[in-house]
Amino acid sequence: MADEALFLLLHNEMVSGVYKSAEQGEVENGRCITKLENMGFRVGQGLIERFTKDTARFKDELDIMKFICKDFWTTVFKKQIDNLRTNHQGIYVLQDNKFRLLTQMSAGKQYLEHASKYLAFTCGLIRGGLSNLGIKSIVTAEVSSMPA
Amino acid sequence: MAVCVAVIAKENYPLYIRSIPTENELKFHYMVHTSLDVVDEKISAMGKALVDQRELYLGLLYPTEDYKVYGYVTNSKVKFVMVVDSSNTALRDNEIRSMFRKLHNSYTDVMCNPFYNPGDRIQSRAFDGMVTSMMIQVC
Repeated sequence: MADEALFLLLHNEMVSGVYKSAEQGEVENGRCITKLENMGFRVGQGLIERFTKDTARFKDELDIMKFICKDFWTTVFKKQIDNLRTNHQGIYVLQDNKFRLLTQMSAGKQYLEHASKYLAFTCGLIRGGLSNLGIKSIVTAEVSSMPA
Repeated sequence: MAVCVAVIAKENYPLYIRSIPTENELKFHYMVHTSLDVVDEKISAMGKALVDQRELYLGLLYPTEDYKVYGYVTNSKVKFVMVVDSSNTALRDNEIRSMFRKLHNSYTDVMCNPFYNPGDRIQSRAFDGMVTSMMIQVC
């Protein structure tokens, strides 16, 4: 379907657009990432509202995380999270072995530093979704190797 | 059919409240406020009691002599409260459920509006129109 490519391309443009508009002032890397994350936050809130409209009520935090891994990820990225780990004390690790937004970049170490820009929006997405469901959270992402 | 409709945010302040006979508004505001306690009670009891099978619709919260109050909670902890006239006995559970469905759909649309900041009062005309259509059948 054409809409997968659409979102990927739009996302790439968004990242480069935010960076270009910030170039005149400071080349503050952190601020651009924050902007992208806040965008993802607001989008996440709206998305969660739509997706949880018809689902049953969530019993606890683990339930919410499972929902995020399965339904939410499938709807946004057309695949499920490959691995979910928790220490039952509030830390959850979601592992995706083939992240759709990064598969188009070349394999190898060349662009590893720039990968964090592309992950900011998705981090915000998750954070927005969780905050709408009532969970305050901090979301960080890391890339071990490309294509990841 | 509905006499008063209210949307209450997660932090328990009203995002939207509207009643039809506009003289006695304060009375309806009080009723909605007291019904919040009942809603909280039902939500917290759900973990232990097997009454609820993870449903969003809460049903009849409490009846007074003239009015009945119904509740509905979304997964994002936003509560919808509806007060209906007791004399209107033709209203069945299914109709109330469908009214809450419509409310939830319109609320989702408001949420996805990029000009709306979550936590503000709802000022969307489409939402107003939908609520009016639910209330107008009385008079």
